[in-house]
Amino acid sequence: MDIFVQQLINGLTLGSIYGLIAIGYTMVFGIIGMVNFAHGDVFMVSAFIALICFLLVTTVFGITSIFLALAIVLVVAMFFTSLTNWAIERVAYRPLRGSFRLAPMISAIGMSILLSNFVQVAQGPRNKPVPPMVTDVIVLMENDGYQVTLAWKQIIIMVLTAVLLGGFWYLVQKTSLGRAQRAVEQDRKMAALLGINVDHTISLTFVIGAALAAVAGVMYLMYYGVANFADGFVPGVKAFTAAVLGGIGSLPGAVLGGLLIGLIEVFWSAYFSIEYKDVAAFSILAITLIFLPQGLLGRPEVEKV
Amino acid sequence: MSDIIPAARDSASAMLSVRGVKTFYGNIMALKGVDVDVHKGEIVTLIGSNGAGKSTLMMTIFGQPRAREGAILFEGRDITKMPTHEIAQLKIAQSPEGRRIFPRMTVFENLQMGASIDGFAHFDGDLERVFAMFPRLKERINQRGGTLSGGEQQMLAIGRALMSRPRLLMLDEPSLGLAPLIVRQIFDAIRELNRTEGLTVFLVEQNAFHALKLAHRGYVMVNGVVTMSGEGRELLERPEVRAAYLEGGRH
Repeated sequence: MDIFVQQLINGLTLGSIYGLIAIGYTMVFGIIGMVNFAHGDVFMVSAFIALICFLLVTTVFGITSIFLALAIVLVVAMFFTSLTNWAIERVAYRPLRGSFRLAPMISAIGMSILLSNFVQVAQGPRNKPVPPMVTDVIVLMENDGYQVTLAWKQIIIMVLTAVLLGGFWYLVQKTSLGRAQRAVEQDRKMAALLGINVDHTISLTFVIGAALAAVAGVMYLMYYGVANFADGFVPGVKAFTAAVLGGIGSLPGAVLGGLLIGLIEVFWSAYFSIEYKDVAAFSILAITLIFLPQGLLGRPEVEKV
Repeated sequence: MSDIIPAARDSASAMLSVRGVKTFYGNIMALKGVDVDVHKGEIVTLIGSNGAGKSTLMMTIFGQPRAREGAILFEGRDITKMPTHEIAQLKIAQSPEGRRIFPRMTVFENLQMGASIDGFAHFDGDLERVFAMFPRLKERINQRGGTLSGGEQQMLAIGRALMSRPRLLMLDEPSLGLAPLIVRQIFDAIRELNRTEGLTVFLVEQNAFHALKLAHRGYVMVNGVVTMSGEGRELLERPEVRAAYLEGGRH
């Protein structure tokens, strides 16, 4: 029971990070039907932006309040990551719009390699550590020396994710920006006929996706304390898996898929073998797709016309 | 082409002026040099059989696809190469072929989409007006567009176009899929909007009888070319028009 609760907490934390990244995959797929293979690396870049910013804020500017520092890091990382993703869309994807379907995806793979190699060259191939940021933990239960703990950083991750998702849901469902975004997703030509600037809306999708990935990047850095140029790949693939599991194109699906992948991974590690945790996550994906090809919350392809 | 009578007024004063427009799908020429004028305050209809290029003309006016040759002017301004959303922002609204309702948005959201060009300044009043015209939409206000019947979607497409307070309303086969009674309602509503508010309407129809009765002027399109034009009632009397579009088809 103790282990179960502890793993549940760990799984939800990891799942929150996956969910935040997964939204970027699912939104981009929804609006231009493309798997943005560079998204995981955008997430990795955001972790590095956060790392640099954190060190600057704490050492050069001497800010000692960790929460103030984190808040600044969050804003800065969101801004620069969004800018990066906006530029990537502008340079690598937009010129290929209207070309054959695979072209932007190949371009995305190129951007993925470019980002990770650039960071490798600029920041070095080794893990870059940051000083531990939030170290306090709350002991929830104690049994025979086994403590169930809830770390403050886990609370921060889960609460921030929940708040962000609430705000994001509001943006998509209730504002005219979100309505334009959904309109372009559902019928690009008709949206243009109603005066919606399709290119701007697609750019905006990339900006929002990157901002959420940046939050995930900051949280990842805070949680694990290190960043590495290769960190885009595995979390990126996991988050993509989460998006597919939840039903690609579905925003609640991305969050649900992220939480599930996080939980599967953590529970498998705890009860079976940690070496096979990725195998477990991807196997469940494969099984889900065999029996539920549209994912858990995805819509079936048939639509009344 | 010999049968074209000169437009009642010169083309320079036209609100919408289509001049020698040629549109291609790949290498296939769908519009082979089309001239059409719509003057302010007019109802103009374009009739023709399936595949004549009527809907292609409607979409070409919005630059989807772009005209390869010729020019399209709106209030004297060349819009041939203007981006589609900027054309829409000139307050030209279209209820397009196939209705193109946003399937995963509610009826209300679809109408909101229509109103976004107008900046929601008159939203509540315009909404009431659309609901008065199509009470069925009010009953379905929170239903998703994709779950509506074809006729309801048609009403929604027209309502959405009206929500933008268009200066030029373009309707592509508004009668398609609708019961005759509702077709009559829609046509009455168009006539009413034209008479009371001076709304300019460009109407594409296969239902030639109703369309020509409603319109001030009409054009007949065959295979991407305008073959006849004239006043609506006058076209109705012509034997060629009757033979091709009306016989056996007085809905």
